[in-house]
Amino acid sequence: MAGSIPASVTASAMPETAPTMRARHLSPAREAWKRFFRHKMAVLSLVILVSMVLLVVFGPLLWKVAINDIDFSARLKGPSLTHPFGTDDLGQDIFARMLYGGRISLAVGLAAMLMAILVGVTIGAVAGMSRGPVDAALMWLTDLFLSLPQLPLLLLLIYLFRDSLKAAFGPEGGVFVMIVLVIGGFRWMPVARLVRAQFFSLREKEYVEAARALGASTFRQVVRHILPNTLGPVIVAGTIDVAAAIIAESTLSFLGLGFPPDIPTWGRLLFDSKDYLDIAPHWALTAGTAIFLTVLTINFIGDGLRDALDPRKVM
Amino acid sequence: MGSYLLRRLLIALPSVLGISVVLFTVLALAPGDPFEELATNPNVPAEVRAMLRAKFGLDDPIWQRYFHWLTAMLRGDWGFSFISRVDVDTLILQRLPVTLVVIGASQVLAMLIALPVGIYSAAKPYSWFDRIASTLAFIGFSLPTFFTGLLLILLFSITLDWLPFVYRADISATGWQWWWEHIRQSIMPVMVLGLFQGASWTRYVRSAMLDVIRLDYVTTARSKGLKERVVVMKHVVRNALIPVVTLVALQMPAVFGGAIVTEQIFRIPGIGSLLIDAILRNDTPVIMAVTFVFACLVILFNLIADLLYGWLDPRISYR
Repeated sequence: MAGSIPASVTASAMPETAPTMRARHLSPAREAWKRFFRHKMAVLSLVILVSMVLLVVFGPLLWKVAINDIDFSARLKGPSLTHPFGTDDLGQDIFARMLYGGRISLAVGLAAMLMAILVGVTIGAVAGMSRGPVDAALMWLTDLFLSLPQLPLLLLLIYLFRDSLKAAFGPEGGVFVMIVLVIGGFRWMPVARLVRAQFFSLREKEYVEAARALGASTFRQVVRHILPNTLGPVIVAGTIDVAAAIIAESTLSFLGLGFPPDIPTWGRLLFDSKDYLDIAPHWALTAGTAIFLTVLTINFIGDGLRDALDPRKVM
Repeated sequence: MGSYLLRRLLIALPSVLGISVVLFTVLALAPGDPFEELATNPNVPAEVRAMLRAKFGLDDPIWQRYFHWLTAMLRGDWGFSFISRVDVDTLILQRLPVTLVVIGASQVLAMLIALPVGIYSAAKPYSWFDRIASTLAFIGFSLPTFFTGLLLILLFSITLDWLPFVYRADISATGWQWWWEHIRQSIMPVMVLGLFQGASWTRYVRSAMLDVIRLDYVTTARSKGLKERVVVMKHVVRNALIPVVTLVALQMPAVFGGAIVTEQIFRIPGIGSLLIDAILRNDTPVIMAVTFVFACLVILFNLIADLLYGWLDPRISYR
């Protein structure tokens, strides 16, 4: 309601003051950036996260220690110049393993998020456009998925399908596909609900009606006119989903049921380190801190994006 | 209230059925034979295996197998653990109380943290207390439970040597000593779960409070000259709790996930660690049953949340 008043004022004032208006006008993206930069923790988190991502992506090019370089003379050593994060029980360099594991964790997080958003937007859009029984059925499905116990089912699915996927995609690829599919398959519900709720209000807006009157097909109405306007909340939900997927993958690895033992994901490092907590706490602390820092920064960025992209929430 | 309870039960029933369908489909779609254990066992002759297959109806069409399985589950015939050689339901009943006690205690702890902190934060938004509490809440729910567990072990068991880090079910002491030992070994698991939950609940309580505190009737209550304390506690909190109950119910699946991890870290003999052990040893009947129990617990807690909802918001129960 409050938004409609200034809009009509600018609309009527447009003809005579058009040049000055254009000078002061910021595009919605710039506007969102400005709001995002007001959230100091989010900006700080963005800097930390970007540097972590750069380190993980380009680090192995500079830090050329092999992840499986076994050296029994340097077992469970604390941080030093040759091994910045110390070594594990086989004398392997934890820094190199952390860099490798970070790539996997981030890749899983991003891929599972894309999967969750794809499914969520599709189901939400279909439910939002077709009211009646289709909508009711899809929402029942959404509610059902929301009340499923996710971790037990995740474990069950991995237990049942691990071997056949391993045969199809190889040990590393199989588990990756599996984990992404399953984590993504359990994270789409909030997105679907969000998109559906947005569709209900957007599909009645005048500009959609105008598009309909011009003969736009339902598909075009959705893709060109409605979907772009639901993107804000979806991006926020997607950001949070990356963090949730990283936690889910680490949890599986921590329980010893994720990637195979020779692939050092962050959760796997933590799983291996927990028996040496008393003699080599640096091992568990580096892996755990990496997961924590990634999740924390992503959550803060999500919070900042919420302020930036969801103007209703700004007080 | 009675008809409300009945209606809620009728809504919960299809969910249980839906979950059973999902579980059964997953099992049926899975490659390999769930009775592989028997098939690879050289002590079981081929004709016995064929008889067993016929007895369990493994060669029937899938929908018949589903109804067969469902009626067996409803009759309480949950199968036989391949590893422990006991009935699955007795195994689960042995393990369930520990899980429920740990989860229950951690929820109480979470509530004891979230309610006062959330209410005080919302009563003075953007104050120092609110900022510190919000930041801590953010850190709290970004810390994965498995890492918090290890940190607590590192601090309280290894560095300070105050608390045991392995949960023992067979404590020989009696009387007060027995209680004291049990409380001592439960502190860390309950803290891990409770702090995680408390952190996210604090945020829910705070934002729900902020939504309500701006409403007109609160201004009216203030302008009547009521004390701020009365306004917040009597007029705001009760209405703010209504959406919080829903959010808490939605969190239940995550709570059980956290419980599995916690039980695994501290070696608590609950159904979560039973599930992990069963997976590591390919004990299919136990895996299926525990997953089903978790699903039913989630639905049960949703039901409880609905009832609480009816109690907090009388407009719902008389509709």
